[in-house]
This record gives sequence, structure tokens and C-alpha cells, in this order.
Amino acid sequence: MQWIEFRLEKRLEPPRWLGPSMPFIAVSAALFLGAVILLVSGRNPVVIYQRMFQAAFTNPGALSATLTAATPLLLTGLAAAVAFRMRVWNIGADGQLMIAAVLAAGVGIALGERSIAISLPAMLVAGVIGGVAWALIPALLRAYLRTSEVLTTLMLNYVAPLILFYLIIDSTSYWRDLESPSARVFPQGKTLAESDFWPEYGEGISVPFGLVVGVVLAVLLAVLLRSTRLGFQMKVAADSEAAGHYAGIRTVRLLILVMVISGALAGVAGASQVGDFSHRIEPKALQFATYGYTGIAVAALARYNPLGVVLSAFLVGGMTNAGFAIQGVDLPLGLIGLIQGLILLLVAASEVSSRYRFVFGRRARPEPHGTEPLREIDEQTAAGTGQEAAP
Amino acid sequence: MNETLLVTLLAAGVLYGTPLVLAGIGELFAERSGVMNLGVEAMMLMGAATAFWTSQSFDGPGWIALTVSLAVAAATGTALAAIYAFTVVTLRASQIVAGLALLILGGATGLSSYIASIGDLARDTGKHRLPDYDPFGLADLPVVGPLLFDQNILVYGSWALVVIASLYLYRTRPGLHLRAVGEDPKSADAMGVNVVAYRYAHTMFGGAMAGMAGAYYTLAIAPNWVDNITAGAGWIAIALVITSFWRPGLLLVGAYLFGIVTSLGFTLQTRGVDLPSQIFSAMPYLLTIVAVVLVSSGWGRGRLHPPGALGDPYSREDA
Repeated sequence: MQWIEFRLEKRLEPPRWLGPSMPFIAVSAALFLGAVILLVSGRNPVVIYQRMFQAAFTNPGALSATLTAATPLLLTGLAAAVAFRMRVWNIGADGQLMIAAVLAAGVGIALGERSIAISLPAMLVAGVIGGVAWALIPALLRAYLRTSEVLTTLMLNYVAPLILFYLIIDSTSYWRDLESPSARVFPQGKTLAESDFWPEYGEGISVPFGLVVGVVLAVLLAVLLRSTRLGFQMKVAADSEAAGHYAGIRTVRLLILVMVISGALAGVAGASQVGDFSHRIEPKALQFATYGYTGIAVAALARYNPLGVVLSAFLVGGMTNAGFAIQGVDLPLGLIGLIQGLILLLVAASEVSSRYRFVFGRRARPEPHGTEPLREIDEQTAAGTGQEAAP
Repeated sequence: MNETLLVTLLAAGVLYGTPLVLAGIGELFAERSGVMNLGVEAMMLMGAATAFWTSQSFDGPGWIALTVSLAVAAATGTALAAIYAFTVVTLRASQIVAGLALLILGGATGLSSYIASIGDLARDTGKHRLPDYDPFGLADLPVVGPLLFDQNILVYGSWALVVIASLYLYRTRPGLHLRAVGEDPKSADAMGVNVVAYRYAHTMFGGAMAGMAGAYYTLAIAPNWVDNITAGAGWIAIALVITSFWRPGLLLVGAYLFGIVTSLGFTLQTRGVDLPSQIFSAMPYLLTIVAVVLVSSGWGRGRLHPPGALGDPYSREDA
């Protein structure tokens, strides 16, 4: 990086305005970069963004569709937020969601035409069990065999859809519809009885039940993280595992617990997919949706704050919905993913500014040891001087 | 097992294994420098899209079109990897979050699909396809002939790459420095190795290889475009780096095994063996989990362990 000289200097305390404003800067910058790419490829970004906004928020029915798109993202976003803020890298929400959907659909089908007061909680519990079970595999491997959860959760994401494909397409399982005429043409999942469909609220705009659950869970999580012993322990262990040990926190148990909570949230997302929306197992749709990965973008945008996740899920849900609504007409495919990816990249990159500050220009050359600004010296001596190693 | 089945399986191993070898060796180099790039799939897709676009819109002899297309694919992968390296090496962002960002940005629902829709890549089948060469005229030998002597340039290239990668890692000074940077960047820095430069260079090399691996799909396997044409191969490449314990030779064997296993379900089904194909498809992923457990648990910690600083940003002040 010789053409623009800068170096990073450690901050002790980030300025207060910085944290909350970073997501807005990231979103604006991503939209700007997206506009540049649109311009370069000969499209009018103003027109396209206007259409996207209308399709996401102001067209008739747009808000309902946005809430529908936001529901799974809110839940997987919470799943990512609770894990990532403790630096537990649960990338497996996708797989956990799918296994949860299988269990929830199984329970829903088994209950048949019972009252919703029985089937809804039963499906929720089944979903949670499915999500937790799929998350426990990497959790236990990490806790007892020190296996990085990054790769195990990732790999399990690819195993889960295969199970779904097997259940619906390559076998005559309990979940597969073998009777209806359309199912004879192409294999599909058994549909729930209409009495088991989860309710919707609101007039004019419909609010899925799963969204209500998600908002409630977001508030509960915020309280849990802020004002309980467990939340405090998570914060300490996240900052430094060693400090956690000295403070007498059982970090292994905490780690498993965090994975369980994260898996449970992904599980609720899976149950909601079946109960609120698809009402059956749709392997292709679930695989294509990648709610888990988008949930990580949602959580990162909210800086892993549960209440922030509600907002960012709404925003990203709006984008996703707009992508589907005006796809093909005048929106080039892939633009939505591009912008979402840019947002996540910029959020990740901007994290640096909360820990370091940039020093540009002439001062960017590392100063000889001993002439460092005073407040840096403590850190340097504490960590053993790295400067002396310089060639 | 008769001879034809064997040849079919081995040929499938080479056909589907080659992009895994290319992308895998690239990722292996990045990881050896301490940088794990989860965006391999996106770099492959971008390579596939740009290579295909170039070869479609290029007027001129086929071999020039194909050469230029491969170069474009490599350049695309390199550029994406450079952005990634800037984020995680210079700005010290979380490699996991930034890697996923790259994945979403370039992946099946991102820029690769955008490019394909702008260039209308799905409309026509490809004009050019990488030809097979038979440099020694030995393609008619039984079994080994078609496997070893009747392949395209990328297959031969991937073999050369594995040999060169092994020599580079274990027999040259830069290779030694690379391993030092991935193992213990502080010591490498003290030795006078430029940690940042090594990480940039090898991450970008990984991007170039991933781009070429993507081009293999649109220029060699099936010269046409569908969104998400690599279908998760990038993840298998990442998995392979682990299951091969960060060793190029093992990676080649693993890649061909994965290729064989992937096609095994299909091949067996056409021969009347009725096992769910999903079992075979799930195999690479399950094997990877087993491998990750092996390298992390007590048994494998001695020799098979990952580069010591894998995933950690390096800064002199914090080290």
C-alpha cells in the first residue's frame, strides 16, 4: 500500500458516535458502489433504486411482502448475532433451519386437523429441537474435541439439504405427498391441514406470526444480554477467554449454551417457514434461499445487537423482496446479492475503525522506537515491543 | 469391478476433480500464509462468468480466445482476492465475516449472476471449448491412455501445479518463509520476512487459481452458462485443503476421490444399484467433518495440525 501511505494506530476508546453510524455509512457506501456498477453496465441507477424502493415499501402489498421476507432473516439474524458476538462462528443456521423445518412439518402433519392452539406450539417446539440438535453436533465437537465450528457448521449446511431432497424426492417418506395430482407430476412435500397454518395479523398489511415471535425474542435476547448474569458472562468470555476462566466462568458450558440458543433461533426460523409460509417441505426453495448466510449479513449490519437486528432484517428483507418483485423487468439479476455482499464487506472492513484509527500521510511511516505517542507505550511494553523486530 | 467401470470412474474423478485441484491448491497457499478465504466459491463463479463472456465475445482463432479467457478468469479471481486481502490483512477484519461477504457479493445470487444477466450469457452455448491434447500419441493405451494422455491444458496444468506447489513449499526459501508466516508471523517478521506481502501474494494467487478453476466449468466441462454453475465446488475445495492436511499431493488424491465419489452414485444407479444418491453426495462433507475432528483432536495435533496462525490477523503492535 505504498501509493496511499497510512498506518493503523490503536484506539483505547472509540468515539461514541462511531458505532451507531457505521451501519448507515456502510449501507450508503454499498448503494453508491452498486450505483457505479449499474452506471458502468449502462443502467440508470436512479430509476432502478426508485423502483426497488417502491417494490420494497410503497407499492400495494409491498410492505406485507417485505415483512414476509424479513421474518426468516430476523430469526436467522438473531441466531448469528447471539453466536458471533461471543465469537462463536455458527455459520450453520441454514442447515439448522432445514432440519427444524423437517421436524416442524412432521409434527404438523402428524397432528392433522387439531386446534392451532395445540399444533402451533408443538411445531415451534419441534423446530427448536431440530435446530438445537443440528447445532449440538458442532457445539459438542468444539467443546470437547476443540474442532473449529466454522467448518463443521458449514459442512452440515450441505448435508441438511441432501436429507430434505432424500425425504421429498428420492424416497416415499412420511413427509412426501403421494396422493395429490400435482405431486404425481413432480415430487412435493405433504401440505399441512389448513387449520395448522400459522395466523397472520393486521389489516391491509399482514404480519406473519413468526415475525411477532421474532420481535419478542429480539427483546428477550436484548434483556438477556444486558441485564442478566449469563449475558455478563458472555460479554467477559467474548472479550477474553482467559479472563473468563479467571473469573470462574465455565467457558465450555457457556459455549455450548450459546450454540444451543443460536440453533434454537434458527430452529424457530425453520418452524416459521413451514407454519407461516410454505406449509410443507420445499427442499429447492429452502436451499436456494440461503437464509442462514443472509442472516449473518443482517446480524453484522446490526453490529450483533438484537434490537438492531429487527431494523436491519426489515431493511435487508425489503431489498430481498424488491429483488424478487422486479427481477427481470428492469433489475439485472444478482444486483441484490451484490449490494448485500458489499454491505457485509463494508461493515466487516469498518470494524477496524472502532479498534484503530487511520494515520495518513507523512506521519504514516512508523516512528523510531521511543518517540511513539505516550499513550501507546503502555500497550507496547505490555505486549512486548514489536518495533524492535523491524528490519 | 470390470475395466470399463473403472475407467468411467477414474475419468469422472479427473473431470470433476480438476477444478477442485486448482482451487484447492490456491486456497492451500492462502491458508499456508495464515489467510482462510471462505469466498472460493464466489471467485470460481466470477472466473467462470468472465471467462465465458470473454470467449463468447472474442472474434478470432479459438486458441487465442481460450488463452485470453483463462487470463481474464485468473485476473478476476486475483482482483477479488486482492479486495479480500485488503480487508482482512490490512484492515484486519474478521476472515469469516469478510469471506462470507465475498461469497454473497460474487456468488450465485451476486455479481456473477449480474454479469451473466448483463452479458446474456445463458442465451448461447459456448463457441470454444478447451481441446484435449495427446502430446505423446499414447491415448490408445488401455486404462491409462485416456486418463493420462488425453486431457486438456488445465488438467495437465493442475498436475504441474501440484508438483510445483510441493517443491515450492518444502524445497525453496520462499516456501519456507511462507510456512513461517502461516505458522508464527511474529517470528517470521523478526526473521525479516514481509508478512503482509506474503499474505497478499498468496491470497491473490489463490484467487487466480480459483478463477481458473471456475473457467474450467464454462470452457472445459460444459461450454454454456447457468447461474451457480460451480454448485458448491468452492466449499469442497476448502474442505479438501483440510482433509489433505495442507499438503498438495494429498490434495490431488483427495480431489480425484471426491470426483469419483460424486459420480459414483450416478454411475451405480445406471447399473442398477439402488442406493440413495444423497449418501454419495454427502460423503465429501461428512469426510471433511471427520478430517477436521482428526486434525483438531489429540490424535492429529502432532503432525497434521493446521497452520498455527490460520485466521488470525497480524499486526506488529499487537503481536
